Amino acid sequence: MAVTDTGQTGAGAKKPSPLFKNLTAKIAAIPMIMTALVVFIGCTLWTIYHSFTKSRLLPAPDRWVGLENYERLWSENRWIVSIENLAIYGACSLILSLVIGFILAALLDRKIRFENTIRTIILYPFALSFVVTGLVWQWILNPQLGLQNVVRGWGWETFTFDPINNADIVIYGILIAGIWQGSGFVMVLLLAGMRGIDEDVWKASRVEGIPAWKTYIFIVIPMMRPVFVTALVIISAGIIKVYDLVVAQTSGGPGIASEVPAKYVIEKMFTSQNLGLGFAASTMMLLSVLVVLIPWAYLEFGGKKNG
Amino acid sequence: MTYSVEIKQLDLAFGSVKVLQGLDLNINEGEFLVLLGSSGCGKSTLLNCIAGLLEITDGQIYIKGENVTWAEPSERGIGMVFQSYALYPQMTVKGNLSFGLKNAKVPKDEIEKRVARAAEILQIGPLLDRKPGALSGGQRQRVAIGRALVRDVDVFLFDEPLSNLDAKLRVDLRVELKRLHNQLENTMIYVTHDQIEAMTLADRIAIMKGGQIMQLASPDEIYNRPRNLYVADFIGSPSMNFIEGHLEGGNFKVDDMVLPMDGYEFVAPQTADRPATIGIRPEHVVTGELVRNTPLKFSVDIDLVEPMGSDTLVYAQLGRHPFRIRMDGQARVNVGETIEIGVDPSRASLFDKATEDRL
Repeated sequence: MAVTDTGQTGAGAKKPSPLFKNLTAKIAAIPMIMTALVVFIGCTLWTIYHSFTKSRLLPAPDRWVGLENYERLWSENRWIVSIENLAIYGACSLILSLVIGFILAALLDRKIRFENTIRTIILYPFALSFVVTGLVWQWILNPQLGLQNVVRGWGWETFTFDPINNADIVIYGILIAGIWQGSGFVMVLLLAGMRGIDEDVWKASRVEGIPAWKTYIFIVIPMMRPVFVTALVIISAGIIKVYDLVVAQTSGGPGIASEVPAKYVIEKMFTSQNLGLGFAASTMMLLSVLVVLIPWAYLEFGGKKNG
Repeated sequence: MTYSVEIKQLDLAFGSVKVLQGLDLNINEGEFLVLLGSSGCGKSTLLNCIAGLLEITDGQIYIKGENVTWAEPSERGIGMVFQSYALYPQMTVKGNLSFGLKNAKVPKDEIEKRVARAAEILQIGPLLDRKPGALSGGQRQRVAIGRALVRDVDVFLFDEPLSNLDAKLRVDLRVELKRLHNQLENTMIYVTHDQIEAMTLADRIAIMKGGQIMQLASPDEIYNRPRNLYVADFIGSPSMNFIEGHLEGGNFKVDDMVLPMDGYEFVAPQTADRPATIGIRPEHVVTGELVRNTPLKFSVDIDLVEPMGSDTLVYAQLGRHPFRIRMDGQARVNVGETIEIGVDPSRASLFDKATEDRL
C-alpha cells in the first residue's frame, strides 16, 4: 500500500487532522463527557467546598467556617455509630456475599439438573427493591410474627432471635436482609465467570488427580480475578450507599443503633436543613472510598508496567 | 499378549443419542495410534472415554491389562494433552509441571528430577520461571506435553494438540512429536482431523465416522487400499476421483468405455456383475511420455489449472465426469487443451456401489 501510494496526489494524499478522526464518535461522547464533568466532578467539588461553610439551605452559599462542620460531625455519637455500623455491615456483607455467592455458583456449575430454575429462584430477591426487602425481613425477624414465633411454636420455648429489637445486634438483622438480596447477583456474576473458564482446564486437573476444591482455590479462583474485581466494585458501591434497606427495615432504630452514614447525610441535608454538616459527612464518605480505592488502583494499574 | 489399551464393546449414549456403539479397539504396546475423522465422528469422545473423563454407558476399558472402566482419570496411568493447552495461567511453567505431582505427594527431589528431565526433552528449560501468558503457542503446547511427561505414565492421550497452532509451527511440532515417540516408546493415542498429521505420525490410523471405526490399518494400507468409499474419499488431498459404472467379467464399464482391470487385487474373487465405483487418486494419473506404458489410456479436456509450485493441479473432464489430475510442478498445460492420461489399474480402487465396500 505505502509503496504504491507514494507520489500520488488527491484527497487521500494529505494526512487528515487527528481532531476530525472518528468525529461522529466524538460528538456522540460529548453528552456523557459533560455529565461526567458537571455532575460527578463538578458537584463533588461544589459539595466539598460547601462542607467548609455554614450553609443551611439550597442554594445560598454561606460564610466559610473551616473545619467546624467536621469537628461537630466527629463529636456526634450518631455519626460514630453510623460509621461503626457501616464498617460491620460492609466487612461482613462483602465477605459473606462473595463467599456465599461463590459457593452457590460452584454448586450450580457442577452440571446439575434444573439449573435455570434454581438460578432464577436464587436471583429472585435481587429483583426486589431494598424497600420491599427491608419490609419483608422486618416481618420475618419480628419476634411476634416471624421466625422466633415459628420456632417457639415448634416447642422450643426459649428460642430468642430478635435482631430488630436488640440494639446490640440490629445491624446483623440488616446484614441478613442485605445478603439475601445481593448474593444471588454475586452468584450469577461468578457463575458467568466460571463458565468462561476453559473446560479443558478442568479435564487437565482431573487427569492429574487434583481434587475439585483444590482446583477451585488454586486454579479457578485466580483465573476468575477480573470477575471478582467486578463483583467487588458492585458490592462495595452497594454497601456505601445502603440507605433504603435501613429506612424500610428499622428506620435506624432501636434508638440510633442501626444508623448508617448515607441516612445521616440525607437527614442532615433535607430534614435538619444543615447542608454544611451533611456535606461534611458525605465528604467523609468520599474520603473513605478514596482511601480504599487509590491504593488499589495504584496496585492494579500502576504495577502493570513492571509485570 | 496384553495390549496397552484394550476397548471392548464400548457404548456411550447421551440420553437417547448413541455416540459410540459396540466399539472394539486394541492398541499395542508402544504404538502410535491416530483417531482420525471429521468433526462429530466421536473421536474426541472416544479419547475422553479412555481418559475416564466421560462415564461410559456399557463395555470395558483395559489399560495394561487392568480393568479401568470405572477408575478415576488420575488412576489410569495416562497423561493428556489438550487442544487449548489447558495450562494453569497463574502458575509458572515449573508450577504447571509440578502441581499435579505435589498434589500426589511425590517427594520433592523426585519432582525436581522429573521436571528437569521433561524440560530437557522438550527444550523448555529457559522457560521454567515464566508464566504461560508470556509463551508462544508452540511453547505452551510443549509445556502441556511436559505436564503429561512428568506423570511418568505409559499411555499418552493427545486431543488435537496442534490444531491451535499456525501452519509452520504445526509442522515443526509434528516432527518433534514423532521424535518424542521414537525416544520414549510410550503408547500414544492421538486425535486429529488433519490427515497429514495422521499419515505422518501414525503406526496405525483408525478412521471414524458416526461413532464407528471405518478402517483400522497402517497409513500405507489406508492410503492404497481404502476399505470403503468413505475412507477413500476422506484420505488424500485433493481427494480421489470417483466414476460410477459397472463391473462386468473383470472389466469396468463406464459409458462406452471398457476398462480391463488386469492387475487389480480384488478383496475376493468377483463372480457376479454389479454396479460399481472406480476410484483413482489424482496423483496416480500419469501424463506425457509415461502414458504409453500404462494399460488404461484416456483423453481429457482441461477445465482449470491450479499451479501450486511443487505440483500442478488440473481439473479436467473425462467424458462427462469431472476428473482431477496432479501433475508435476513443471508441467505446462493450458485450459481448453486436450491431453492424454494413463492409469494403472493396480493402483485404482473398486467399490461396490450398493455397500460402498472395497471389491
